[in-house]
Amino acid sequence: MRIALIATCLGDALFPDVAKATTQLLERLGHEVVFPAEQVCCGQMHVNTGYLKEAVPVVEHHVEVFERARFDVAVAPSGSCVGSVRHQQAMVARRAGRTDLAERATALAGRTYELSELLVDVLGVTDVGAFYPHRVTYHPTCHSLRMLRVGDKPLQLLRAVEGIDLVELPGADQCCGFGGTFSIKNAATSSAMLADKVDNICSTGADRCTAGDASCLMNINGGLTRGEKGVQTVHLAQILNSTRERVAA
Amino acid sequence: MTSGTFLGIPRRHRHEESPLRGETSFPKAAKTALANDQLRRNLKHATGTIRAKRALVVNEMPDWEQLRDAGAAVKTDVMARMPELLEQFEAKVIERGGVVHWAADAAEANAIVTELVRAQGVSEVIKVKSMATQEIGLNEYLEEQGIAAVETDLAELIVQLGHDKPSHILVPAIHRNRTEVRDIFLSEMTGVVEGLTDEPKQLAMAARSYLRAKFLSAKVAISGTNFGIAETGTVGVVESEGNGRMCVTLPETLITVMGIEKLLPRFEDLEVFLQLLPRSSTGERMNPYTSLWTGVTPGDGPQNFHIVLLDNGRTNALADQVGRAALHCIRCSACLNVCPVYERTGGHAYGSVYPGPIGAVLTPQLTGITGHDDPSASLPYASSLCGACYDVCPVKIPIPDLLVELRARAVDADRSRTIPGGWDAAMRAAAWVMSDAKRFAAVEKTLAVGRLVAGPDKLISTLPPPGSAWTRTRDMPAPPKQTFRQWWKESHPEGSIARSADPADTEQKDGHR
Repeated sequence: MRIALIATCLGDALFPDVAKATTQLLERLGHEVVFPAEQVCCGQMHVNTGYLKEAVPVVEHHVEVFERARFDVAVAPSGSCVGSVRHQQAMVARRAGRTDLAERATALAGRTYELSELLVDVLGVTDVGAFYPHRVTYHPTCHSLRMLRVGDKPLQLLRAVEGIDLVELPGADQCCGFGGTFSIKNAATSSAMLADKVDNICSTGADRCTAGDASCLMNINGGLTRGEKGVQTVHLAQILNSTRERVAA
Repeated sequence: MTSGTFLGIPRRHRHEESPLRGETSFPKAAKTALANDQLRRNLKHATGTIRAKRALVVNEMPDWEQLRDAGAAVKTDVMARMPELLEQFEAKVIERGGVVHWAADAAEANAIVTELVRAQGVSEVIKVKSMATQEIGLNEYLEEQGIAAVETDLAELIVQLGHDKPSHILVPAIHRNRTEVRDIFLSEMTGVVEGLTDEPKQLAMAARSYLRAKFLSAKVAISGTNFGIAETGTVGVVESEGNGRMCVTLPETLITVMGIEKLLPRFEDLEVFLQLLPRSSTGERMNPYTSLWTGVTPGDGPQNFHIVLLDNGRTNALADQVGRAALHCIRCSACLNVCPVYERTGGHAYGSVYPGPIGAVLTPQLTGITGHDDPSASLPYASSLCGACYDVCPVKIPIPDLLVELRARAVDADRSRTIPGGWDAAMRAAAWVMSDAKRFAAVEKTLAVGRLVAGPDKLISTLPPPGSAWTRTRDMPAPPKQTFRQWWKESHPEGSIARSADPADTEQKDGHR
């Protein structure tokens, strides 16, 4: 299958390893990955902060870039970015009176998947042949869980990983407190939410916390390192891309 | 449209005093709550317990989703036919011997109720817990008029005796533990036995004997209502203690204050809501006491029944798509109990009798927004948009979507400002950068500075404002040496159709690699 990669703006700039792992994983599974290099951002940050008018050119750019690219399906290693593509882009366009753009965005969203959705639902694979000898706990992330309803797809994938010791995270479905600009606008509340998430992660005895969204992991990792908790964060794509030959962090 | 108040009404800098509007912005009020460890423990315990109970009883319902859809459909119908249904309701109440009063706002409602109480020649009334009367500040108003209103719901009584404010729609004293309750009873309640312990049974018995005397002597009771049925003129109260039932059956006069959105078209609609409400609110399969009454019945129950139909911002809200959706709320409080923000801050931080996610939507709709310094303006931002509230809402109110829309309106209302705020400037710049790969790549290069300020652990622990709000409690990762798109070019030199058509690509190759 010809799969277009949405690296996400945050992923491109701050977490290239996540998009790299996604690329390598899909290539290892025998698919062709294309990277429409003009891509930047899905518009999520603007939408969630209330700057819907400002989001219009960002959304339009995303739609144009991916309309130009030739691919079967698009994938992003981010539940929130796919949530934004699927549930916010058309709304942004409609609100700006851009019915045409809303229709184009909806069409594109129909071909866009979050990584675990792509693997399990579209490619029909749960065992990706990964090897990851760590004690891992999984944080489901709000947008994967509730906007996309990925359910236990990430867990199906993780359970099939060789060598992994998967441990349940207490209060898993609770938000880590990131929420984009919420973490700045309501920093104290956000920090309190993060503190509980960090405590729950530490209570599992895991040495790795994983999730399907680099932004949530950035927040969680920020709390873990500040507290010197000795637990590392790793994106789901990195675990799935990890093999006996190439063990990720 | 209610947004009209946002855009068109001159901004007032003094906040109107109202039980709906807070005195400080949410982030500031939240800090006070967050610093109170006891409060946070109480909230965590209480919301956690009720969340688990709700999940249990909801998961055992095979048709829960259909019930939610049915509830939403009934509410949509009510909003669409509000005037017609209200008139039908009024006619039916009158037909059954009740008296109907219409109140446009809190002041009118309070005046009507006070007149009715005075007409009975009493200076003390008993009350059923009611959000509508809290919303209009009825108890405080009555007190000013020399009338004591005694709350009979146990939690509401705790709040009242503690000279406190409710911090939850359903469990007003959720922020108090039982030791605090004992202390309140000992210092404020008349006739309490010495040596009262904090054992729940003892506390309940103390409240019971205190209230029993009130029930037996009261001539007038005031209630809210969970539903007002247009078809029959029936109103009802759903509760757990039976104290409400005493109020609505023992006194001679019963005055009910009802928000006009509480309507249900048909008696049979109760079937849906009496399933949705108890499971969503208290996590009970069925609430212990459901009292329904229709007008008056000679020789049985109150012989004078008055209903005050309260607008207080509701018709404004109804005329607006966000407000209309928020009016579907049946005050079950499920969204409060699952909200991670509410769990940390409690209800007081929202400054309104309607806290939590639904309060963050409903409050600005009912109060209107008077400007930046209006605490109501900060409420739509008091959410991480995690979506848990929507999942539990029994009538499927899309709270996260409504919050986003309200944020957008707040931003739009400020577009006329001559000097844009910090967020405006940042978001405009970000939109410019994020709609062009070349510009984005250029900005990515400047991120390299981040590597200089990072320590050997590749973490940034101090950022200037507004990033300092982040780094106060969290580290920030240092930007990597190579962005993904740079790696892609190296690892996929053969390129792809998409890549070779990219101008940003060429530019980088030529200039910087």
